[in-house]
Amino acid sequence: MPLDQPSAAPPPPNKRINTSFIGRSWPPTDVYLVGREKIREFATAIGATDALHHDPEAARTAGYADVVAPPTFPTVVTMKASRQIIDDPDLGLDYSRVVHGDQRFAFARPIVAGDTLVCVNTVEEILERGGHHFITTRTDVTTEAGEPVVTGWSKLVQRGAEQ
Amino acid sequence: MSDQFPPQTFRITRADLVRYCGASGDFNVIHWSDRLARHVGLPGVIAHGMFTMALAGRAVTAWAGAADAVEDFSVRFSRPVPVPDDDEGAEVVFTGRVKSTDDEGRTTIAVTATCNGETVLKLAQATIRKK
Repeated sequence: MPLDQPSAAPPPPNKRINTSFIGRSWPPTDVYLVGREKIREFATAIGATDALHHDPEAARTAGYADVVAPPTFPTVVTMKASRQIIDDPDLGLDYSRVVHGDQRFAFARPIVAGDTLVCVNTVEEILERGGHHFITTRTDVTTEAGEPVVTGWSKLVQRGAEQ
Repeated sequence: MSDQFPPQTFRITRADLVRYCGASGDFNVIHWSDRLARHVGLPGVIAHGMFTMALAGRAVTAWAGAADAVEDFSVRFSRPVPVPDDDEGAEVVFTGRVKSTDDEGRTTIAVTATCNGETVLKLAQATIRKK
């Protein structure tokens, strides 16, 4: 049976992730406009009370145009953007068996209310080890004008089928 | 700056998870339904990994003395944080120590996070800019 026609074969016991996605990028996502109230809401939800997250005057005094987002706020933007990868049927990811493995953010600067952000998603790595699949995605977050803001890396683990 | 930071403890209740669902947009059922969490083999509702990372971020920025100090931040989610449906919820304890400093005034902090004495974040570290 030709290997390039998986649909003709019986379903494998442990669904494979399509490794041809390694290195693939998607077109930039729609603009995400960062709202002041969204930053305040997120900061409140994680118990971050610093004035930089809540008080525009305090943020301006510190040299920012508006309130500053906490360091994990980019997840609000990148998680939404990564649906582009996760929902691609050709990738073959079984999201019901996915857990979050690793997360990293590297900042050029903090996210600030009023930012208009776009994301470019790339699949950096797909590995299989011990019956589990590991997929590492990179999301480059820039302003609409192209200024780098933050890059996020997520490693998702698709757990193997139960033995 | 001392090499070792004082431990910080944060409590996570179900109400916190519901609030975080709304604020983050992550409405995965395992963060609010015991029934559906058990259905996928978990002991019950667990905290969002990103919520635990957010608390680690609070610990780091408190040590740094600046809410905008973080330049690089990475964690591995090594074990879930179960959050029981009671008033106490779960307790996560964060510790930090200086791992390295560079010539440009950046400090890298190694962070540990434990819940019920078990490690819930591995390889957690943050690089902060000196004020």
